[in-house]
Amino acid sequence: MLVCKSLSKTFYPGTANERRALSNVSLNLRRGEFVVIIGGNGSGKSTLLNVVSGAIRSDEGRVYIDKQDVTFTSEYKRAAYIGRVFQDPMLGTAASMTIEENLALANRRGKRRGLGSGVTRAERALFKEMLAPLELGLENRLTARVGLLSGGQRQALTLLMASLRDPKILLLDEHTAALDPKTAAKVLEISLQLVQEHNLTTLMVTHNMGDALKFGDRLIMMQEGRIVFEASGKEKQELTVTDLVNRFVSVGSEVLC
Amino acid sequence: MTDVITGAVALGLVWAIVSIGVWITYRILDFPDLTVEGTIVTGAATTAIMITHGVSPLLCLLASFAAGALCGLITAFLHTRLKIPALLAGILTNIGLYSINIRIMAGTSNISLLGSRSLIDTFMSFITRVAPGGSHSLLARFLTFLATRNMTTILIVGIGVICVIALSTWFLRTSYGCSIRATGSNPDMARAQGININMSKTVGLMLSNAFVGLGGSLLCQYQGYSDVQMGIGCIVIGLASLIIGEVLFGKSSTLHSLISVSLGAILYRIIIALVIQAGMQPTDLKLFTAITVALALFLPTAIIQVKHLRGRLRRRHDAGL
Repeated sequence: MLVCKSLSKTFYPGTANERRALSNVSLNLRRGEFVVIIGGNGSGKSTLLNVVSGAIRSDEGRVYIDKQDVTFTSEYKRAAYIGRVFQDPMLGTAASMTIEENLALANRRGKRRGLGSGVTRAERALFKEMLAPLELGLENRLTARVGLLSGGQRQALTLLMASLRDPKILLLDEHTAALDPKTAAKVLEISLQLVQEHNLTTLMVTHNMGDALKFGDRLIMMQEGRIVFEASGKEKQELTVTDLVNRFVSVGSEVLC
Repeated sequence: MTDVITGAVALGLVWAIVSIGVWITYRILDFPDLTVEGTIVTGAATTAIMITHGVSPLLCLLASFAAGALCGLITAFLHTRLKIPALLAGILTNIGLYSINIRIMAGTSNISLLGSRSLIDTFMSFITRVAPGGSHSLLARFLTFLATRNMTTILIVGIGVICVIALSTWFLRTSYGCSIRATGSNPDMARAQGININMSKTVGLMLSNAFVGLGGSLLCQYQGYSDVQMGIGCIVIGLASLIIGEVLFGKSSTLHSLISVSLGAILYRIIIALVIQAGMQPTDLKLFTAITVALALFLPTAIIQVKHLRGRLRRRHDAGL
């Protein structure tokens, strides 16, 4: 479903601040596969997600979504295939617009936006139905401005928006990192529900190693712009947090040498 | 005195259309657009040259609307394609328009409509014609009352303002209108939802400047002349109307905001008329405007600070200190 071929990206090339964010990263996601990426700050995991979404263009390499080469497709056009949730809960929604308007915007992803009504009656009914299982009471506040919601509520809404129109790929970029533990757990639970329900091909970045072990079919560890460790299936199930920490340390020292 | 007030209301309604244009860029697109100072003159100049050449004043409205949209397109091009910052893009278009506006007015810096018939003249003579002369019936008295320059303007431009508000409210609720609002509210989110934000910014700027061009046309027809200097301070007057309107009358929804902005424009004109009546030098008006806007901008902050202070005092009182 998603194929990344030898992606490389260097920020500020030729200056004192030159930083190699991705070096020759290749990644292949099967349809319906849930891949979790972990790694320290500056390891290139966010850059990888940004290259996939089109927010950043890579220097080298190609990106294919569903066999289609999207390397040079602009971000807004790629959005037709991609659902995305950001780390910052404020980034995923338009604060000055209502809940239903935000959802309707997402529901038109990849479609022509014309002079028809911004939110149709059918959409309103659909949104109510979709919001109810979240148990956040949002289904009764469709016309409330999103700016009035809490971070957790906004993130849950962004998730719902991202999974609307069954995207070919769902990108979750540390989307629970800015939330308190209880809310984070709830948002993560909602994420999993949506991923399973729509059988979404998912790429999730997290800092939480417990979550990384618990969720996903495959785990990828990144460091210095490279994929340094990969585990899936039984191997992943048997991993522990201590294993991962040791991995971090050993890989880190290798790099230091 | 009645003349002063009706004159202020008439002028205020004309400025309401300009202020709605400013509101679209400033509030909806979050784009401080300085093009408008040139656009309003472009609208006036287009109308002036066409009317003096005998073109129907209604057609002039359309032409000025289109000319305004074109001005917005230039700024949008500078900003979205050449990546020039918003403020600078607006200033560049504005300064360029100065020369263009003089060219539109056939090389002169002002054109008088003396001897030509504007929309307002046409309507006034129409009313005078249908009014039964000499009769003292209610209808006749009402028509004579209407047949003044100010009342006619209030009637015509009032209808215009209602149309502009209706059009904007409808458009901003459509699917495309929503994508423009999302672009202004959160460009990252808009892009992630597949919105071409360069396009939506362009459409927003064009619509905003089209309204300003329309306002320029009506201003020219009401005042009876077009002058290349008439745009100076236009953005501040637009902002003054917008902020006075929002602070005094609220902004709970798109429609509510638009009505508030229009009322703000009228109120602003009444205030100006009154201070001039009270003896202020017309040349001091710009300073007065600047101070009014600064105070109006500070008002929301001031309200918060006063509330905060009251809360502190109350808590201290409750604690028995």
